[in-house]
Amino acid sequence: MHRYSLDYKKQRTIIIITFIMIPVAMLVIFSFLPLVRMFYYSFTDWNGLSKNIENVGWDNYIKIFTDPTYFSVFKVSLYYFGASFVQLAIALYFATVLNFKLPGKGFFKGMLFFPYLINGVAIGFIFKHFFKVDGTLDMFLQMLGLGSWIHKWIGNPQIINFSLAATSVWRYMGFNFIIFLGTIQSVPGELYEAAEIDGANRWHQFRYIIWPSIRRIIELNLLLAINGAISVFEIPYIMTGGANGSNTFVIQTINTAFEKNDFGIATAMGIILLVIVVAVALAQRLLFRESEVEA
Amino acid sequence: MEHRVKYTASAVFKYITLVLAVIAVVVPIVVVFIASFKTNKEYLNSGTLELPQSFTNFENFKYAFIDGKMMIGYLNTILILAVALIGTLLLGSMVAYAINRFKFKGRNVLLFLFLTAMLIPPITTQITTFQIVRFFGLYNTRWAPIVLFMGTDIISIYIFLRFMESISRSIDESAMIDGASYFRIYWNLILPLMAPAITTVIIIKGVAIYNDFYIPQLYMPKAELSVVSTALYRFQGPYGRRWEIISAGIVITIVPVLLAFMSLQRYFYNGFTQGSIKS
Repeated sequence: MHRYSLDYKKQRTIIIITFIMIPVAMLVIFSFLPLVRMFYYSFTDWNGLSKNIENVGWDNYIKIFTDPTYFSVFKVSLYYFGASFVQLAIALYFATVLNFKLPGKGFFKGMLFFPYLINGVAIGFIFKHFFKVDGTLDMFLQMLGLGSWIHKWIGNPQIINFSLAATSVWRYMGFNFIIFLGTIQSVPGELYEAAEIDGANRWHQFRYIIWPSIRRIIELNLLLAINGAISVFEIPYIMTGGANGSNTFVIQTINTAFEKNDFGIATAMGIILLVIVVAVALAQRLLFRESEVEA
Repeated sequence: MEHRVKYTASAVFKYITLVLAVIAVVVPIVVVFIASFKTNKEYLNSGTLELPQSFTNFENFKYAFIDGKMMIGYLNTILILAVALIGTLLLGSMVAYAINRFKFKGRNVLLFLFLTAMLIPPITTQITTFQIVRFFGLYNTRWAPIVLFMGTDIISIYIFLRFMESISRSIDESAMIDGASYFRIYWNLILPLMAPAITTVIIIKGVAIYNDFYIPQLYMPKAELSVVSTALYRFQGPYGRRWEIISAGIVITIVPVLLAFMSLQRYFYNGFTQGSIKS
């Protein structure tokens, strides 16, 4: 017995060190080191190559918030932020509908969820094809006799962000839907039965059973929509490359770094994004952790 | 009676909205599917919803696979996916085992670091990660995405940690009475019990890696290192106006995911619901 416990002590040390070493090394090298370097470069004028790096203080940050070429991209986020409300509303509606027994339920559930699994590049191209001049959407409008509604969906800077945000809704709605459905279904079925016996209709069931069970998740998702809106990247990058006023904060950051080689500004933009994301996460913690303890 | 009428009316409304949603999901995809079987001439001279003359015209697919490098893309994706997944599963479950089963100095710090790292939006740190990947000589090799998919994957560690909490310690203890080593306990007992968590990670991670675009785009510009998504992205240049070929590329990209989803639906739903409940 004594021999074993000694053995286990030694084993324990070996296991802890060997099991943790590689992931910790990777965490430091690929998560925290880039972060530290980002902080450092955000106060410099580094161009990505040059050996002499000048410290410029807060200049990069000031430039981002004053120069319209950088600042204007924040406006584009608002389209996606607005769209996420639509997205959550649609997801909630279908989660509620498909919570109840319904012929073809599995089929509808799969259909609504599937877009979330599709490759982003494929989605970008599908919707380029959908929105292009004489594309699918225009054809459809013509078929319905609504030819006068036809616009340059991704050619017109006034409309482009609506088209792209709609694509984003198409892509991500299924994910919210599945999460909502999972949450609603965790409500025990007897509750609905009891409610029905008490004469509650579907609206009452939604208002008094479904809504309370799902409210927190919706609030959480609304909060996270801020992060989603500010980090929009793939859809506009693939569909337009950020042209026609569809440039987003992340595309701008990436281009500033890898095309303009202005690493000082790009890293400062990265830090700003990080600050926003962390602020949202902290808000989430404050708002949700505490109230969960109460409940 | 009045109730019955109301319910049918609402049932009709429900089905109308469901059918509209299905149309909204399906039409953009079906249109591409139809186009992928058309010849260039046919594509230019026919309506979007007009069916192709034959569904056995695989020319566009051949083009996409060979000239469009989708074939190479598939091989690279499978290779990267396999190595990165195995790495993630091993490393993630090992860390989770060490953190969950042993109380050691720095354990809480470690946990804190992993959880904080989850907040860092990876797309922005690419600016400086790029220098580091270059420094290690991984630029333009398959190791760049493999290492990044493994190294920055905190979510799977988190999933493993949560799941391991539900595995009773009495299992470890009784194995210790039999004299099993800690490694044996991890490998022969804990790991098999983690099967549901492993499935979750495989699904979430698998979809994420298969669909990832920016990491391969940034780190592997070499054409022979195309993965599915970057191979497809590169269709834009040479085939910019050849929508029938692009469509074939899109179909090729979607079909494997569709098949996986149809055969493993339940696991997909479970995986994404469990993997996302963070707090």
